Amino acid sequence: MNIQPTFKLTTTINSIPVDAEIETRTLLIDFLREHLGLTGTKRSCDMQICGSCTVLVDGKPVSSCTTLAYEVNDREVLTIEGMAQNGELHPIQQAFLDEYGLQCGYCTPGMVLATAALLNENPRPDDTEIKSFLSGNLCRCTGYFPILNAVRRASERISKEEG
Amino acid sequence: MLNQKYGVGEKAPRVDGPSKVTGEAKFTADIRLANMLEARVLRSPFPHARIRSIDTSQAEALDGVVAILTGTDLGDIDPYYGHAVRDRPIVAIDAARFAGDPVAVVAAENAYIAAEALELIRIDYEELPAVTTLEEALAEGALRVHDADLLRLGLFHGLGDFRPHDNICYEHHMTKGQAEQIFAEADVVVEGEFRFPAVYQYALETHAATAVWHSSDQLELWANCQHPYLVRAELADMFDLPKANVRIHVPFIGGGFGSKSYTRMEPIAVAMARKAKRPVRVVNSVTESMWTSRRHNMICRMRTAARADGTLLARTAEMWLDTGAYADNGPRVVATAADAAPGPYRWTAYQIDAYGVYTHRSPSGSYRAFGATHLEWIGESQVDQVARKLGMDPLEIRVKNLLKPGEPVRTPGKPMDADLIGDIRKIAEGLEWDKPRPPKVGRGLGIGLLAAGSRPVSTAFARLESEGTVTVMVSTSELGQGARTAMSQIVSQELSIPLSQIRVPDGDTMVTPYDRSTGASRSTTLAGGAVHLAALDLKDQLITIATSKWQVARSDIILRDGRAWVGDQSATLSELLFYHFGFSGGELFGRGIIRPEQGQGTYAAGPVFWEVCVGGVELEVDEETGRIHLRKIVSVADVGTAVNPAMIKGQEMGGAAQGLGNAIFEEMVFSDGQLLNGTLADYRVPRMDDIADEFVSYIVQNEDGPGPYGLKGVGEGILAAMPAAIVNALADIGIHIDELPATPERVWRAIQQSKSV
Repeated sequence: MNIQPTFKLTTTINSIPVDAEIETRTLLIDFLREHLGLTGTKRSCDMQICGSCTVLVDGKPVSSCTTLAYEVNDREVLTIEGMAQNGELHPIQQAFLDEYGLQCGYCTPGMVLATAALLNENPRPDDTEIKSFLSGNLCRCTGYFPILNAVRRASERISKEEG
Repeated sequence: MLNQKYGVGEKAPRVDGPSKVTGEAKFTADIRLANMLEARVLRSPFPHARIRSIDTSQAEALDGVVAILTGTDLGDIDPYYGHAVRDRPIVAIDAARFAGDPVAVVAAENAYIAAEALELIRIDYEELPAVTTLEEALAEGALRVHDADLLRLGLFHGLGDFRPHDNICYEHHMTKGQAEQIFAEADVVVEGEFRFPAVYQYALETHAATAVWHSSDQLELWANCQHPYLVRAELADMFDLPKANVRIHVPFIGGGFGSKSYTRMEPIAVAMARKAKRPVRVVNSVTESMWTSRRHNMICRMRTAARADGTLLARTAEMWLDTGAYADNGPRVVATAADAAPGPYRWTAYQIDAYGVYTHRSPSGSYRAFGATHLEWIGESQVDQVARKLGMDPLEIRVKNLLKPGEPVRTPGKPMDADLIGDIRKIAEGLEWDKPRPPKVGRGLGIGLLAAGSRPVSTAFARLESEGTVTVMVSTSELGQGARTAMSQIVSQELSIPLSQIRVPDGDTMVTPYDRSTGASRSTTLAGGAVHLAALDLKDQLITIATSKWQVARSDIILRDGRAWVGDQSATLSELLFYHFGFSGGELFGRGIIRPEQGQGTYAAGPVFWEVCVGGVELEVDEETGRIHLRKIVSVADVGTAVNPAMIKGQEMGGAAQGLGNAIFEEMVFSDGQLLNGTLADYRVPRMDDIADEFVSYIVQNEDGPGPYGLKGVGEGILAAMPAAIVNALADIGIHIDELPATPERVWRAIQQSKSV
């Protein structure tokens, strides 16, 4: 028999408390996608290069492909499914739409969450700061210009709303 | 916003945008079926090995392992596939032919167990000698990767009769006039040997397939395939089923770029599901996807001859493209490379000899702008070299020699169908060609042709439901290119209804009708053409109903703002249907069929159109490090008619970024047949901090395409143009490159060499 050690996980996903008994080896990405059905989080490189699997843990961007689920015990996780509130798109999501900042859409959840992390930290980043922060999120479709425009627009909109 | 009408030519929002920014959009690996198993693939560590025996007993004993597939399970089906050459078994049968070749597959209750089980399979390999480079495979008396006499041709090569021989899987020759005679007498001759690397398409979503073998031999799949109908035909053939018994759903695809053209992981998923008698999902890692499909590395020798006045006279090119262990789309890539070799010029003579070569390396197939990307930078660097020798301006020599509309490109085949001189002048305008270059800043141009469109067979239905919603049934795969938005805009244009009333669902071979493929820049032109006809058919039926309702002539009726009008009177589409059926039910169907205008739509008769591959760059180089900095990229999308200018610009920027990657960053490095940089940590694709300072993009609309409204496809050309423009811009500042990618090291060495001359 092949008995895997298990862990009793207590966490918060998109503001909802979640309790689950999981195999200790379970990666956060698999917990989200396979256990909770939150498939908006995408897997690609599996080694923290591409950023597709980015989620926010206590507001900081984390690669869920290389994070064990038990590491988010007692912490707050935000996935792409938690970005829109009450049916209203988050201004970052709207900016990606307005600027055509997506094509295939596979990198988009990670891009949106990485942008949220950037703007939490630095609400008015300049282009160099945007490029540097988002160079950990790969996109093969857009050539990045529309994403850069989306982040600029989101930053303006959020600053205006909060201003 | 989607409640607006967005016809052809308007900057419509993407219809798939909201589902993609919220994470709702479903991709293949997002679909989880009840009772589903996860499969993982065990792959050969050797480039060439005989499999003496496989012991799966320990793996089978692992709790949670349900079934293991090996070559011995395939005796009752035809296990070989390959749309061009049937040279590839589902899993290795007698031997493994590249490091990464599938040898066994485990299906288990979850992916962790499947991965663990792979470690427990014992394989007794006999390592065999291998030919792992083009030089080795082409050497006199070289070991053969396949016994060519036993190879069968596949179902969809479209290249006429051909016979693989030695390690040559396909060869393509084109001759015009007497090239050698011209070279003997020409004023100027340039020549060189060039190398193009193996490149990985890197669609972020890796290859994936989920298969269910239902009772009564009904097979159902979800797969991220660009060409579901071709995959269906291959699976039906291998598993001896009627095609109608094979149903393939195609959810959103996370980037294709050619990597998901033709059959990929589907046969493994099907064979595993058949054995396990449960649904099976298989999802590649990035490393496995690199082994599944890549771009051909190539060696090319080219010569170009010209007269002292700058008239281009003759060109010869010999090229060898490494297709790896299996032909995949190699034959078509070789043919397209041959087509691209002369470049878009008026030649007195040329001799083009192109070969696809089997090696014990991972197989090569399609990648965006194949053939053209391989050849354009080589031909265009020789055009610039001729210009430099003659003291001519690179723009001037091109304008002098470029084909004009109607001139033959190759015989047989479609004559020139675009205004190339107008296009290259636009690039020059964007680069401010006439202004003096700042010191140490190079500018370069590139122009070429890509045989686009593939076989012109596409069909579509448009279904009008009783409350006025149109569902467009078309099998174009949505890879990110925006097909669903473009199709919606065409319907919106013809029926005058808003995008919110139009839906384009996932492809489904049981429901959405035949489309040859999603690739070769064909979708908006051909599938879009079928959708256009389907919309016109619906419109025609609606007008007939309105004619009956109001007892007026057809010509009195117009469709506007989602209603049919006769003078001041109007009715919604829903009211027309109510009138027609007598109650609030019943539907209308519009039908659209695109087929070859003449002949059978073969490769030689084509292409559907010549995609113009034109671009320009301005760059500077750090002489200390050899690092290239792009100041400006200029693109021209020669599209006939723009359906959605914002999405076209997106194609241009994205294609340029991939072109940048192909030109200066990307190379799959092999040593003794082993891929050395098989992860994204080692394989460097462009990042956001690599983009050019400025991107200038023009859209040319001459209504000269074969699609509806005179449109033609777009999205590949700029990729092929980028390496050409970059290599020429480097030469403009004295840095001569004959091997890509132009990495900092290669650029630095070229600088040292130019200093020592």
